[in-house]
Amino acid sequence: METTGLVSFGRYTCSHLYFLLLIVLPLGQHTVEGVWPLPQIFTSSIERYPLNPQAFYFGYGRQSAAQFGCSVLDAAFIRYYSLIFPDYTGKHSTTGKSHIGKKQSVGFDVLSPSLLFPDNLSVSAGKASLNAETVWGAVRGLETFSQLVYQDDFGSYFVNQTEIDDFPRFPFRGILLDTSRHFIPVHAILKTLDAMAYSKFNVFHWHIVDDPSFPYQSQTFPDLSRKGAFHPMTHIYTQSDVRRVISHARLRGIRVLPEFDSPGHTKSWGKGQSDLLTPCYSGSTPSGAFGPVNPALPSTYQFMATLLKEVSSVFPDSYIHLGGDEVNFSCWKSNPDVRAFMQKMGFGVDFTKLEAFYMENIVNITTFLNKTAIVWQDVFDYHELIPKDTVLHIWKGSPANYRKELSRMTKAGMRVLLAAPWYINHISYGQDWRNYYTVQPLNFSGTAEQKKLVIGGEVCMWGEYVDATNLTPRLWPRASAAAERLWSDEKQTSSVDKAFPRLQDFRCKLVRRGIRAEPLYVGHCKHEYQGV
Amino acid sequence: MTSPLQLALLLLALGFSRGLQHHYPDQADQVDGEAELELVAEPSKFGSLWPLPQKVKLSAVSLKLTGVSFQIADAKGSSAGSGCSLLQDAYRRYYEYVFGGAKRQQQPGKGRRAAGPAVLTELQVWITSPDPECDGYPGVASDESYELTVDQPYAVLKAPKVWGALHGLETFSQLVYEDEYGVKSINSTTISDFPRFAHRGILLDSARHFLPIKVILANLETMAMNKLNVFHWHITDDQSFPYLSRTFPQLSQQGAYHPYTHVYTPADVKMVVEFGRLRGIRVIPEFDTPGHTQSWGKGQTDLLTPCYSGSKPSGSFGPVNPILNTTYDFMSQFFKEISTVFPDAYVHLGGDEVDFSCWKSNPDIQTFMDQQGFGKDFSKLESFYIQKLLNIVATTQKGYMIWQEVFDNGVQLKPDAVVHVWIGGGANDEMGKVTAAGYTTILSAPWYLDYISYAQDWQKYYKVEPLSFNGTEEQKKLVIGGEACLWGEYVDATNLTPRLWPRASAVAERLWSAADVTDINDTFNRLSVHRCRMVARGIPAQPLFSSYCPREYKGV
Repeated sequence: METTGLVSFGRYTCSHLYFLLLIVLPLGQHTVEGVWPLPQIFTSSIERYPLNPQAFYFGYGRQSAAQFGCSVLDAAFIRYYSLIFPDYTGKHSTTGKSHIGKKQSVGFDVLSPSLLFPDNLSVSAGKASLNAETVWGAVRGLETFSQLVYQDDFGSYFVNQTEIDDFPRFPFRGILLDTSRHFIPVHAILKTLDAMAYSKFNVFHWHIVDDPSFPYQSQTFPDLSRKGAFHPMTHIYTQSDVRRVISHARLRGIRVLPEFDSPGHTKSWGKGQSDLLTPCYSGSTPSGAFGPVNPALPSTYQFMATLLKEVSSVFPDSYIHLGGDEVNFSCWKSNPDVRAFMQKMGFGVDFTKLEAFYMENIVNITTFLNKTAIVWQDVFDYHELIPKDTVLHIWKGSPANYRKELSRMTKAGMRVLLAAPWYINHISYGQDWRNYYTVQPLNFSGTAEQKKLVIGGEVCMWGEYVDATNLTPRLWPRASAAAERLWSDEKQTSSVDKAFPRLQDFRCKLVRRGIRAEPLYVGHCKHEYQGV
Repeated sequence: MTSPLQLALLLLALGFSRGLQHHYPDQADQVDGEAELELVAEPSKFGSLWPLPQKVKLSAVSLKLTGVSFQIADAKGSSAGSGCSLLQDAYRRYYEYVFGGAKRQQQPGKGRRAAGPAVLTELQVWITSPDPECDGYPGVASDESYELTVDQPYAVLKAPKVWGALHGLETFSQLVYEDEYGVKSINSTTISDFPRFAHRGILLDSARHFLPIKVILANLETMAMNKLNVFHWHITDDQSFPYLSRTFPQLSQQGAYHPYTHVYTPADVKMVVEFGRLRGIRVIPEFDTPGHTQSWGKGQTDLLTPCYSGSKPSGSFGPVNPILNTTYDFMSQFFKEISTVFPDAYVHLGGDEVDFSCWKSNPDIQTFMDQQGFGKDFSKLESFYIQKLLNIVATTQKGYMIWQEVFDNGVQLKPDAVVHVWIGGGANDEMGKVTAAGYTTILSAPWYLDYISYAQDWQKYYKVEPLSFNGTEEQKKLVIGGEACLWGEYVDATNLTPRLWPRASAVAERLWSAADVTDINDTFNRLSVHRCRMVARGIPAQPLFSSYCPREYKGV
């Protein structure tokens, strides 16, 4: 299911595989701990099985299309072994070599492919098996499995007999990080990707540049970061940094969606690319200040085409975010050349037409590059005629407002992403995760067809007040509340009070895994965070 | 301390109260209802000094320092010598802060003063009074003043006591900067400094969430960077009792979140106290009674009042039972232990937010009320309890601090009692009343840092003027300071440090610097650099606004 949505990983699929895990002997009883986000279909019994860290291993099913050598799963086995047995320090090799050797001796079994449920996880005596159509589903299944394992008071590991069939409600479940208002070191981004995988998020929306700084080191236009970054050496993302982020994300089933927001939010671009921004005028002379990208010059479009060509080859995802929000017209209005251009184009004094003209050109560039564009809702609001496959990103307003917008956009046949209720950079006292949890993304007036056009949602962590010092505790577990809304069945997860203990539990799991996730309310975790 | 106001805020927080949520912070601020100044980061003429000293004279003459030649040493005339380990420890700490932990290496053939004319080679620390208090504990009357002269060939730091010297070392380290070649430099400077208020505190709550020792120590370290001098340790509360008592080990055995992993052993407490002492920080423990004591009841039977439903005990418990002699026997023994474990001259006894409903339900208490002639006035019963407790604590030779309700209820206090004003709305009136009654007081009401909101709320904390209440000069003198409180409902080791810093730094400057230090632009500029300095020193202090630090936080 993970790949059958509107948005796909295309080039990465190690398709159709079946593989399994292994467990030993039934014993005792224990209440089942929760899984976050809640799986679609979940049954478990009180019968529990101990796991022996020394004997336990992951293996590929005989009929699995993926076998040893599938980079995503080989790496996931290693990761999840330590996540499942956090205390275990004994010798155990998770490399392919030794577990193939052990294979026969522990006699593990292969389930035949289940046709009904593409992603299913079943745990029973002696073995657990995980079936998935793609590696991406398998990665999600491993996460689920890891959350099923628990330790008793003696430190022994157990898992209950369990059957799970699972798939996401929405194919696009994103987190936006803003690396322009504050530079976020690569290691902090990687840590965020780890935590995203624990909540089954699958899109990292990288708002990589904006007014304050341009940290992306472009191969074609190195001056952009040389002059536009906070610091040209220490506060940039090199090409290898970007590759590292993409590869780290891929191994966790996470897409990296870059945003190069224009024509507004581009002050930092102007430092390294002369004549890109519009010179503002005060009266008949340039004031020395600059406004949005200059839409009246052909050189602008040449530049954007070259930059976006680079971006689309650096970022493998088939989508690219073009921004298009919050364009301030005052500078354009002040500039005589822009006004002349308006006249020539017959735009009159309607600057939204100028902006629409600009965005249309940029969207066409990405279409030419075989990429699908995502734009902020502003672009639709002033210009409803944009290519049908463009995805619109709603960020403004109260529930009433964004519901109206959802109706309007889907009625126009456009696909939509919802971010408005999940501006998680806005903080307040108390348990605001409850607000994020109780969002109903499809609660707007529209046909069933219209609802299908909502491809998902995104949690936005804008960076005015956030950097590596406070990013993680601000993001987690608040973003996890949205994660469940985007993954799980809404009917089964309608009670925020029922979710509370499960989320508390999950938050402690995050802390145990080294994620500095903040507490929901008073209480404690068995293993508290040990840093400062 | 928390319930009524917090509940209201919680309800507010649960509603969708915002309209448009833009990317731009200035617009978002309008949404918040309070437009903020557009602050532009530019260097302050006071560099990165935080909190701003009382008198500063900076010159343009720049001197260089190198890790090879520079040293911090005792001045000849100093009353503290190499046996003063508090200072020796501080010298090393500040050397490492100034030179980034670089090892000092003697280069062959190069004498200490051979590096050129405009070089600073030594900071001489001169304790001027006969008793430097090297081995003492800081107190409310400690002399924290110092004078710092940076000039060739030596810089001299003069202070009557080690406490002032510690602050002077911090100030010295704040004067050092890197020139464009990365060379450490310091400008010729004269500073004369002392705190405006004697009590400058941080409250941490280790009961709502357990705070590992490491986190407490890191925050003591950060307090020293901000010249804060009181760690108010709200160590127990309803939720847990992590203090391991030697006399009553059952209290933490039963009342802590976990009897081994979530407790403070005597050795832990000793470590915190000593770590604080070495930084000129007092550790004042709070054992809040008679309310906020649910966790005490788990390990001490008959301590709490059994609540009744009708004529039968309901199984739940209320505040400490004030009518039993055993209660006071217990308190005597307990506070006797506390008075030896915590060396500070004060202990905080709480006394806030007592819920009377359980007392009301209990027939034995009703009988007692009748006997005592209290009628239906349960605040008299509360006062009865507190009065007895205060008398017990007075016999341990300790002074006490109490939350404002104790004063409001008319309990008779010792003249040296400190009344802690925490209730927001009317805090000014309360300060007026408390001081008019002749009691010393500290202010916390405007500094509840656990209440978070979007954007630069540090400005709100900064703009507080503790002496703005109506009162005589004599009354104002009774205000000995304030405390920033970080209650623990939503705070533990994962988010404590970035939530506290640099927001508490705003409070720190208000309590240290002169009352007329109010230029918010200059403050923003100094605080931006100060927060980057905390980050460079390994403290995850959160940003003020879009910008960067030369050395970003290396953790995650």
